Amino acid sequence: MHELAVAQALVEQVDAVIDQHQAHGATLIRVRIGPLAGVVPELLASAFPLAAAGRRMQHAGLEFAHAPIRVRCQTCGAETEAAMNRLLCGACGDWHTRIISGDELLLESVELETVPSLTPES
Amino acid sequence: MCDTCGCNLTPGNRHLAFKPVAGGATAVSVLKGLLAKNDDQAAHNRQHFDRRGILALNLMSSPGSGKTALLEATLVALKDEFTCAVIEGDLETENDAERIRALGVTAHQIVTGTACHLDAHLVHDALHHMNLDGVDLLFIENVGNLVCPASFDLGQHLNVTLLSVTEGDDKPAKYPVMFRAADALLLTKTDLLPVLDDFDPARAEAHLRELANPAPVMRLSARKGMGMDAWLAWLREQLAAQRARVAVGQSRRPAIQRDGQQYHQAGA
Repeated sequence: MHELAVAQALVEQVDAVIDQHQAHGATLIRVRIGPLAGVVPELLASAFPLAAAGRRMQHAGLEFAHAPIRVRCQTCGAETEAAMNRLLCGACGDWHTRIISGDELLLESVELETVPSLTPES
Repeated sequence: MCDTCGCNLTPGNRHLAFKPVAGGATAVSVLKGLLAKNDDQAAHNRQHFDRRGILALNLMSSPGSGKTALLEATLVALKDEFTCAVIEGDLETENDAERIRALGVTAHQIVTGTACHLDAHLVHDALHHMNLDGVDLLFIENVGNLVCPASFDLGQHLNVTLLSVTEGDDKPAKYPVMFRAADALLLTKTDLLPVLDDFDPARAEAHLRELANPAPVMRLSARKGMGMDAWLAWLREQLAAQRARVAVGQSRRPAIQRDGQQYHQAGA
């Protein structure tokens, strides 16, 4: 439902990256979304073309990096994988854990069509 | 370092920022929160609150779980003690703001139209329509929805999530993103428990703990005035903590967001 708002935020951010690097446009956008971020990658992928229409990344591909849920136990110190609604320590079963991955909502990288004057000197 | 205008790019580090991938293309590493713009606005809102010593609370739940009824009872109970203000979020109508104004409390209604959640910009616009002079507690009643509001920081200090006993006690397991974000869980309408044989408050709490959430769980009925004392005491305690933070120039984000940011920075 709110993925359109997230797609619009993504478009704004990619736009800023394009400006920052004085590029023509973006060709590939890579995001990392953990299951606990509350954003569904498939819905974001279908909202993206609507948000990007007419913008400099409208033909860009959208790639999702996998972000497994991992927790660190504050009782026994173990780092284990966990399920979305069961964030218990996989070693001792305690619920006093902290998420170390799985709630990311990150723009990881963007591939840009560059302007010749800004490409690195080889 | 400035990462908005490009002035951080120097001849010395340009090769790090531009990694050639193919003819005419360049890969740029960003590693920034997707909702960075919302988060920046939320941080600005939070500064606004901290400068005035206001404690801001974001109330989230399903529609009809009793957020407005809880607010009414809370505002009446605290009227001689603190100055409160309320931001109401709904898809349509001024009904909730009118209920609050009827108690003589400042209220601004955000009508979102079709949007399923409040965001930091909507809250910021609302703040410009309100007189916050002397306000101690600001309640932001989010759009009734157990999904979307959890993903948007508004600038609040605390998230309060309501679960009415006419819903299922397994809601925390079904909506983990929302319930993980709670700094306090209120089980509401508990006066109905005697006639409901399928809601077990202990089971609701157990599901919350399975989300690694240590938040206090309070049982109350705003309509019948049951269990309100614990909730009011918690509010007083949180306001005192906010004043202590403000006195030393500190602030607080809802626990889940602070933790997330911390780990992401460490991992970046």
